[in-house]
Amino acid sequence: MKEISYYPGCSLHGTAREYDDSIRGVSKLLDIQLYELEDWTCCGASSAHCTDEKLAIDLAARNLALAEKNDRDLLVPCVACYSRFKAAEKEVKEHPEKVHLSYHGNVPIRYALDFFCDEGTLEEVKKRRAKPLSGLKVACYYGCLTVRPPKMTGVREYENPQHMDRLMKTLGADPVPWCYKTDCCGASLVMTRTDIVKKLNDRLLSMAMEAEADCLVTGCPMCQANLDTRQEELEKETGKKYNLPILYFTELMGLALGHKDVKKWLHRHITDPVKVLNGKGLI
Amino acid sequence: MTELNVRENQKGNSFLSEVAQASGETISACFQCQKCSAGCPIAYAMDILPNQMLRHIQYGHRKRVLSSKTIWICASCYSCSVRCPNNIDIAKIMDTLRALAIHSEFKPGEKDIPIFHSVFLDTIKSKGRIHELSLILQFKSKTRDFFKDAALGWKMYRKGKIKLFPSKFGGGKEIKEIFNAFEKGART
Repeated sequence: MKEISYYPGCSLHGTAREYDDSIRGVSKLLDIQLYELEDWTCCGASSAHCTDEKLAIDLAARNLALAEKNDRDLLVPCVACYSRFKAAEKEVKEHPEKVHLSYHGNVPIRYALDFFCDEGTLEEVKKRRAKPLSGLKVACYYGCLTVRPPKMTGVREYENPQHMDRLMKTLGADPVPWCYKTDCCGASLVMTRTDIVKKLNDRLLSMAMEAEADCLVTGCPMCQANLDTRQEELEKETGKKYNLPILYFTELMGLALGHKDVKKWLHRHITDPVKVLNGKGLI
Repeated sequence: MTELNVRENQKGNSFLSEVAQASGETISACFQCQKCSAGCPIAYAMDILPNQMLRHIQYGHRKRVLSSKTIWICASCYSCSVRCPNNIDIAKIMDTLRALAIHSEFKPGEKDIPIFHSVFLDTIKSKGRIHELSLILQFKSKTRDFFKDAALGWKMYRKGKIKLFPSKFGGGKEIKEIFNAFEKGART
């Protein structure tokens, strides 16, 4: 049994509950024990780093200091939290005098997608796969901060990443080639400049559909909420038809591994994924 | 592009050194290849393109830069930073510019975005975690735009995506200390 600390972050306790549930579900099937950090607080997200660098570092470092109290790695499912944590880690390594909390940069920070895509986990997934996702064409959408900046994420193929594609192949799905894998969806502007966000959404959804994907797969709660919730509204404005389900990679892992709660997770989506998966005989 | 006032530069460029020092980036290395602007997904909505922004800083156009829309609508996706042939972390410079703009005398080029950030931080300060419903209601009460996305909010509530009450958290004392330090720093 593998053990790892777990920082869900605010979204996974709210709009991204199905991401939280599916991570917990899949971990259990793969014999990974999650320990949720006690008393975790918000990482500070975009608003902190857009306001004050030190405040941003402190809010992130507080959680990393909690995680450092034990010798487990820290699993982080939200890309925004992950990016803020990596920034705090970089700061404490380069300028330890600037970080006043008792955080020393010793806890390995693992983004959920990277964690589930490592060689050992892929082997496990292959062994335990109950239902291959045959015939399901997926557009792997990495978004921005899962890969950028590479000096923080360590992702080598940051212009054309392949790790989620490899995971999807292991699940039996068919990742389609497309050019918008790492383009931003603008999620941080969703409440303030919705017009910009809709334009970016239209581009991403249209390109995934042009690549003939049945669904788009992500590991970011902001990208998911952003792309999932506004399709109907967008259809009225552009006259196009989208209806493209936006799934978490962990939901598809759960489906391939035969988790019993998959339907519960999928019912939380605004753009219905059940119909597409049903049509492929997967549910 | 707006006209570049070279004379301002001749007075001694304190703005360039201020931004360079605060961000730790070598802004003078920019040779206007425009790769940053070519790859920026939001460039179409900006009043100053990323490459133009660097030139304006080089020329010391403090007001033009700090009252721009660009610094607020930049989504920090880091496409510009990873593609810059001179290794200038442009997204990081945008962070520096936002912080300078908040403390400047200029009216922000975008009305709602700085309000959103301040409401977001207030929510962390009072609740430790972001409770989405509190955040949305507070933001709406500040921008007086109550009906935008109301139907979507209801749909999300029915899907169990919106929690009515914030979760309890410990660590309030530490959060308070972090914000005290921030507010003290902002005053000085």
